Amino acid sequence: MKDAFLYALGVITLIIIGIDIQRIAALPPEAAQGTIFKIIFFHVPVAITAMLCSCVALLGSVLFLITKNFKYDALAVSVTEVGLAFLAANLVTGSIWGRIIWGVWWAWDARLTSALICWLLYAGYLMLRRAIEEPTQRATFAAVFSIFAFLDVPIVFFSIKWWRTQHPQPVFWGGGSFPPDWTRVFLWQMLAMALLAILMVSVRLREEESQREIDSLRRMAHSF
Amino acid sequence: MRIVRQVLTITAKDLRAELRTKEAINASFAFALVILLMFSFAFDPQEETTREIAGGLLWIVFAFAGTLILNRSFARELPNDCLDALISAPIPGAVLFIGKTFANYILVFAVELVSLPVFAIFYGVHLMQHIGQLLFVLALGTWGMTVIGTIFSALTVNIRLREVMLPMLTYPILVPVLMGCMLLTKGLVNGQPIGPDTQDWLKMLIGFDVMFTAVSLILVDTVLVG
Amino acid sequence: MNAVAVDGLWKFYGDYPALRDIRLEAGEGACLALIGRNGAGKTTLLRTIAGFSRPGKGEIRIFGKSPRETETRRRMGFLGHGISVYDELSALENLTLFGKLYALPDPRRSALEWLERTGLERVKDGLVREFSRGMRQRLAVARAFLHEPSVVLLDEPFTALDDKAIAVLQRLLREGLDAGKTIVMSTHQLREALELASHVALLVRGKVAFHGPCTPEMVSDPGWVYARYGEG
Repeated sequence: MKDAFLYALGVITLIIIGIDIQRIAALPPEAAQGTIFKIIFFHVPVAITAMLCSCVALLGSVLFLITKNFKYDALAVSVTEVGLAFLAANLVTGSIWGRIIWGVWWAWDARLTSALICWLLYAGYLMLRRAIEEPTQRATFAAVFSIFAFLDVPIVFFSIKWWRTQHPQPVFWGGGSFPPDWTRVFLWQMLAMALLAILMVSVRLREEESQREIDSLRRMAHSF
Repeated sequence: MRIVRQVLTITAKDLRAELRTKEAINASFAFALVILLMFSFAFDPQEETTREIAGGLLWIVFAFAGTLILNRSFARELPNDCLDALISAPIPGAVLFIGKTFANYILVFAVELVSLPVFAIFYGVHLMQHIGQLLFVLALGTWGMTVIGTIFSALTVNIRLREVMLPMLTYPILVPVLMGCMLLTKGLVNGQPIGPDTQDWLKMLIGFDVMFTAVSLILVDTVLVG
Repeated sequence: MNAVAVDGLWKFYGDYPALRDIRLEAGEGACLALIGRNGAGKTTLLRTIAGFSRPGKGEIRIFGKSPRETETRRRMGFLGHGISVYDELSALENLTLFGKLYALPDPRRSALEWLERTGLERVKDGLVREFSRGMRQRLAVARAFLHEPSVVLLDEPFTALDDKAIAVLQRLLREGLDAGKTIVMSTHQLREALELASHVALLVRGKVAFHGPCTPEMVSDPGWVYARYGEG
């Protein structure tokens, strides 16, 4: 993507987030949980964005295995890294929320626990990549692992949900409700997070392509 | 059935090689016993609460001890480049994979069976009351662990820090299996048979086993050959 | 149809081409010697022909089929740098194992036959980890030839062998060529290889710089090909 386009995208994203933050601050505090409930405007959009990233990562991995074209591998790693960052944001906002509402930094809430496991899964993907030198093997093995990870995610979610229903714990949104006039701001936030993700993925993609070029130049230089 | 014979040839080969040296299986036994011992320092086995969680502890022991065996699975093919000979043999990658998975399953299950009486003695639990169901849970959970462990052993065989990468990659994937087995085992060890509220875990285990066995069979050639 | 045909083969490590547009053939009864400096791509080429990895572009055909098909692999034998036999098993157990994997009608009998042909019948029940180096190499050769492959691929086979093993291997290769087997071998030991070779291919930095019949001049002056077609 061209530089100008990325800058424009960045500016638009910042503007949207800026406006959103103003609007969010202007909204009245939620009845049951107070101001902290507004963290939902970040907590949920980043989670949804992370989930979308994981789907795109699967797509990239499968397409790489089929076509052996490295641009799909670059997409897979970029999207996974960005998704990991967004998932971390989800964990942090969730933890803060829990601290304010329940007084504990970690409450073993079903969704947060699942998010943590998913974070470990995709962090494993990045660690696997770092452990393999040769680019084709790295891309292939990472793609295979990505497929396993993606298939595991829903099972993890359901397992932890069952685990928590058998030993009920406080759930974040229990006791709070989502007023309808908040929906518009929420959707704008969704858009902002998605644009932010696209921006970060584009930058990362570029870095990945450059790295590949450097690697193959280095290999060529060493062979002489 | 040539495929069945080929699978059994691979399984027999792995078992024979392992039983000759007994490196991995001895280490695994010893590790299991040591962890069981250490847990009894951390959680006093005399207390009622420990008996309640004991079933969960058991699976931590199995997971760690099992990794020692699973790590060896494809790593044993590296000296002398034996993996080359297996890949160039006229057997499908899936046959190689399933043969090794069976061998690993037998070895890990053996370690688990030996650990059970030790566990029962250390923690004062009565395993015999629901031993059939307990063994069924062991069978399902061990298969899940072994399938994922074997395919990831193939994935990590040639990479840096293999011994560290294998557990790091497999444990998050195995969370559902370990969780299900822990919960089921906890109940069984405390005298509650598997009932309608815990049956779902069994279904999940079976689903997990079937799905990941299928996915591994499909992807093993990509891992071995690229 | 050629026994071994390499058609427009490219092999990439990432974006770096380790093999570039390789075109080679070897007919039945031919012995192709692959020569070239270290890093030229001989091992990569041999392993790709053997089916250990997939080509980036182009095709490998063994008797017209891909080396990844199981039936094709039954007719191929590979001898690499490692001996590819298990230290913890005995010589007989190793060969019987591979006999079963190759679906031989009587694996044990074939194993015993080959132990005799390679001079290892007296140590058939000894564990490989107790063998001397020469014995291990002879067992490796037995494993590669056990199933009477029609195409034999060897990666620098003479490099680490002792005299007895070299003699065994040369005899087997000559017998095999007479029987119509196809041999492709990469080598640094030009003299031993060129004595057997019917064709020579020189690899320079992943490309075929020369591919043609092996002439008496080459056998008497092995360095000639390098001087003429290589780069220094």
